[in-house]
Amino acid sequence: MKFLLVEDNQELADAISSRMRLDGHVIEHAANLADAKAFVDVGEYDLILLDIMLPDGDGRDFLKAHRASNHDTPVIVLTARSQVSDRIGSLDLGADDYLTKPFDHAELEARCRAVLRRKTGKTKTIIELGGVVFDPLAGRLSVNTETVNLRNRELRLFELLVNSPGQVFSKQKLSDRLFSYDDDVSENAIEVYIGRLRKHLENSRLKIVTLRGLGYRLDHVL
Amino acid sequence: MSSDLSTSVSLRNRLVLILIGGAAILALLLFFAIRNYATQVAQQGQDNIISASVTSILDAAAIRDGIVEVDFPYASFSMLSTAFDDQIFYAIYQDDIFLSGYERLAIARVAARETDFKTVDYLGSQVRVVTASRTLIGKDKRTQVRVALAQTQDALSGTLTQISRNAAVFGASFFALATLLSFWATSNTIGQLNRLTNSVTRRGPQDLSPFHKPVPSEMLPLVTSLNSLMSRLDHSLKQSEDFIAEAAHRVRTPLATVRSYAEATLQRVDKEENRQAMRSMVRAIDESSRAAGQLLDHAMITFRADHLELQDVDLSALVHDLVERLKPIAEMKDLTLRLHSDTQVPYKGDAILLQNAVRNLLDNALKYSPSEGVIDIQVTAKPNIEIRVYDSGKGFPKDELDTLATRFKRGLNAEGTIGSGLGLTIAMDVAVAHKGMLRLSNKAEGGACASLLL
Repeated sequence: MKFLLVEDNQELADAISSRMRLDGHVIEHAANLADAKAFVDVGEYDLILLDIMLPDGDGRDFLKAHRASNHDTPVIVLTARSQVSDRIGSLDLGADDYLTKPFDHAELEARCRAVLRRKTGKTKTIIELGGVVFDPLAGRLSVNTETVNLRNRELRLFELLVNSPGQVFSKQKLSDRLFSYDDDVSENAIEVYIGRLRKHLENSRLKIVTLRGLGYRLDHVL
Repeated sequence: MSSDLSTSVSLRNRLVLILIGGAAILALLLFFAIRNYATQVAQQGQDNIISASVTSILDAAAIRDGIVEVDFPYASFSMLSTAFDDQIFYAIYQDDIFLSGYERLAIARVAARETDFKTVDYLGSQVRVVTASRTLIGKDKRTQVRVALAQTQDALSGTLTQISRNAAVFGASFFALATLLSFWATSNTIGQLNRLTNSVTRRGPQDLSPFHKPVPSEMLPLVTSLNSLMSRLDHSLKQSEDFIAEAAHRVRTPLATVRSYAEATLQRVDKEENRQAMRSMVRAIDESSRAAGQLLDHAMITFRADHLELQDVDLSALVHDLVERLKPIAEMKDLTLRLHSDTQVPYKGDAILLQNAVRNLLDNALKYSPSEGVIDIQVTAKPNIEIRVYDSGKGFPKDELDTLATRFKRGLNAEGTIGSGLGLTIAMDVAVAHKGMLRLSNKAEGGACASLLL
């Protein structure tokens, strides 16, 4: 997906961008409102991440102008201020959601997903592989004619695997993506979700292989 | 508020006392002045008549064949007649030898062409005595004739009594009028003060704008300093709000940078001990940012709770919005949020505070529920206005249910557990500010229940 990040702190922008690119997203960065306006005029974005305090003005003014000129690109506001007081202003001005810095990347992902689901309804990125049709936005997985709704952790796990078939993921890596950092999870917790996915994929040509001591891999069996 | 201020004598009483006291003294002075003047005038009138009479008697005196003859003209007595039947007495002397009349009438020695006036007691009543003399020149000698004429003062004192009565009535009505005037003037003056007091009291808690209504010039210094006090207060409030926002910004942005880098790095490194370090780092960042956030929220809530701004809130819609907002977070843990709400739960309260309290309860429920659990939220209007949050976690520690309540009721986390302690403290503070309470319990089948009773 293609994101526009409007954030004046270069280091934070770099950190967010590199994290987003890891997930295979395209992200462009504007350091101020003028740049952001130029980007929006030229490019099409799936979602805009907007900081409130910017060197050349208030992010909320950009938001207001953006909505006034009939752009309906979803906007998630990133704020470093107190949650309560900023919330009202930004949601009233047409932001779809907001996030307080510092944020959990998984939460950002979850909010993006929720906003996109609410806002567009239809998904541009449908993945088809090995007899499986996967709609990551809706969390729907169809094998042949059978469709299941994945729960959130199953969805995120499958998304990870299906984006890099043939790649080995260690248990720890998968746990870190699935569970928040203050959850005290055992290493085996991931096995539950692997087991469920295997069950969903039973009738397809996709197999999740366990590599002892290494982790898991999604194979496309021909 | 006035109870811890000491009051000196009331301004109104002081003004009324001074004005009425002044009016009383003035009324008395007026009374005596009028009476004194009237006495003088009346006395002068009597004196003039008596001395005219004396003069006419003296004029009638003559020496005939060496003998002094006094022939009283009729008019000399008739002009002395009064409505009060005053008595008159006379005495005539020739060179200090008593000739005729009332011998014991005290008589002054007067030189020729002089007249003496005095008031004496004679035969039990007060009389006014006028004495005058005349030198008569005979063939071979000169002789002096003195005539004294006295008149009782019944008519005079009658007139004086009447004048005194009138003067008293006049003085009393002056006093009454002045008293009325002073009450009116006082309440009019104090009224200006009261009006100012009212407009200060009627103001909303957030209203720190200066007064613009016209005030009497004497009150201008007071109002000016009041205005300047309020503008300083307003300024420092705004400043501390800006400061909190700026502080949050300065703290949170670098934290966000570090966190994002740590997360990105975590995806790249494979060595378990490095990953462990990264995880600890992210946890520490989360803990400090949550603590900072809750401290700032708590400061803001304490401030707002002191100046509660009540507005109409639909609790059902408020909780619904919050639940919608928290759904993505719940989804991450595969938690289900279920909202059971009456269609409309109207309430008068501070929306921002209530939102914060409910969010803290929901945050706790999300934090303590095991994955794929269910969180039930109830909003009811009857029998009580109540917001209940049930989770499917382990519940509150049984032996701490009471101490939890008392601990955060006492205020801050005495034991230094900022993260979890403040969330319930905030909810409790908000409940108390709305004259409600926070009730903590455990469900029989397990799971905690936090209930905000409003």
